[in-house]
Amino acid sequence: MSEIAEAFRTAFQLIVGFDAELGEIILLSLRVSLSAVALATLIGVPLGAAIALFRFPGRGVLTVLLNGLMGLPPVVVGLIVYLFLSRSGPLGVLNLLFSPTAMIIAQCVLVIPIIAALSRQGIEDLWREYEEQLRSLGAGPGRAILTLIYDGRFTLLTAVLAGFGRATAEVGAVMIVGGNIAHVTRVMTTAISLETLKGNLALALGLGIILIILTLGINSAAYLMKSAAQRRET
Amino acid sequence: MRSSRFTALLLGVLTPGVLTLGALALGALALVCFLSTATSAEERFLVLASTTSTDNSGLFDHILPLFEEETGIAVRVVARGTGQALGLGRDGDADLLLVHDRSAELRFIAEGYGVARREVMYNDFVIVGPQSDPVRIKGMDDVVEALTKIAAVRALFISRGDDSGTHRAELRFWDEAAIDVDAASGSWYLEAGAGMGATLNVAAGKPAYTMSDRGTWLSFENRGTLELMIEGDPRLFNPYGVMLINPERHPHVKAEDGLAFIEWITSEAGQAAIASFKINGERLFFPNAAPAE
Repeated sequence: MSEIAEAFRTAFQLIVGFDAELGEIILLSLRVSLSAVALATLIGVPLGAAIALFRFPGRGVLTVLLNGLMGLPPVVVGLIVYLFLSRSGPLGVLNLLFSPTAMIIAQCVLVIPIIAALSRQGIEDLWREYEEQLRSLGAGPGRAILTLIYDGRFTLLTAVLAGFGRATAEVGAVMIVGGNIAHVTRVMTTAISLETLKGNLALALGLGIILIILTLGINSAAYLMKSAAQRRET
Repeated sequence: MRSSRFTALLLGVLTPGVLTLGALALGALALVCFLSTATSAEERFLVLASTTSTDNSGLFDHILPLFEEETGIAVRVVARGTGQALGLGRDGDADLLLVHDRSAELRFIAEGYGVARREVMYNDFVIVGPQSDPVRIKGMDDVVEALTKIAAVRALFISRGDDSGTHRAELRFWDEAAIDVDAASGSWYLEAGAGMGATLNVAAGKPAYTMSDRGTWLSFENRGTLELMIEGDPRLFNPYGVMLINPERHPHVKAEDGLAFIEWITSEAGQAAIASFKINGERLFFPNAAPAE
């Protein structure tokens, strides 16, 4: 019990004292996860929308595949990305291993299926509702996709937030491809993991509390933006 | 024709389109900013693959800033078990290795993966266990005999189980005691498959006996009821070696800076830095580099 109280005290001290090293770790976490999610959104949303609208052979298989890949273990993603980025791997010449860019790539791979699968579901539901209307207006597929993405933007926001949650919470992938190097690739989750290994449980839990507060903050901001936008529309 | 159709389309989707494009542009912009800061840090650095036992002890935080100050070369430490660290070296994903499994290191050199190996320092392994010491091994000076006693009463023992230098050393002791731990794995002998700190966490939680390097043990905060049981057996001696990944095999290896590191850590200044690293007044690593040939 005292450990938990100690953790809250540690978290409080870390926030109030604003430790420079902690600030660096938080910034890197945000930089990596936000970049990964931005990239994954650019790829995942159009991908999900395309699967929702177009009929093509293998569509069912692709849908099941995307849904299944939502549960991809981060450590497997990390391992695959590592094998590609390793000096002995096909992309070794890029010299990206143990860099923030490698971490962004790994988290992006992890998050694309989540964003794509959730946007496919959301857009498919809207498409069912508006298909006739859009077709009667003579909208081509490109325009239909844009309209549906706009119309479903709040659903898509949830998909993006789900992806962001996954990216900030995972440790397996960034540990393997980032290497948890101090001041270079150490992020919140790998720092928590390291402090746990050192037996600094209070510090580890304190960092965990800060991570939760950050995630809550970003979700609250998204929620406020969404409700403000909805209010303006009505 | 085409352009007017395009204009109509553009007008039709003006509001949603502009907003979507705006969002995408913002996202792309943010991305470019993030990625550019990610690639702009082109300082001079080496990647050193080392072991969790060295990293978790805090040694690198103590000595590496001194090296950077002297040479302007930053050292990025990737901490893995010795087996994995050797793997990183074999694949060319590190410039330097600092590991502790002498026979594996010599094989690594013989196979042409590493060059310029030097002895750097040593510490020692200890056996720790619950305060109650159910097997009564505390204070024994023969580690193999102690392990034999643990096996005889099937007392819980946590192994690293991660192919690290510590794990390999532990397996050698069981071998000497002629105990087949593979057969016992999952009953009284548990393989954590984790780093030293994580394994100590498991041992403290059970509680159970385990073998640790002294450095991690001394700096470990979550001991619970664990206490030092056995130390001082000459077989518990744990030497560390440093080496450069063979630049002939991996041309991108930063040979010049890497050799500068090896030179420094085996020099008087580097050796003194290692000797001055203490936790609670206790020295963790003992420099033992032979003078350069």
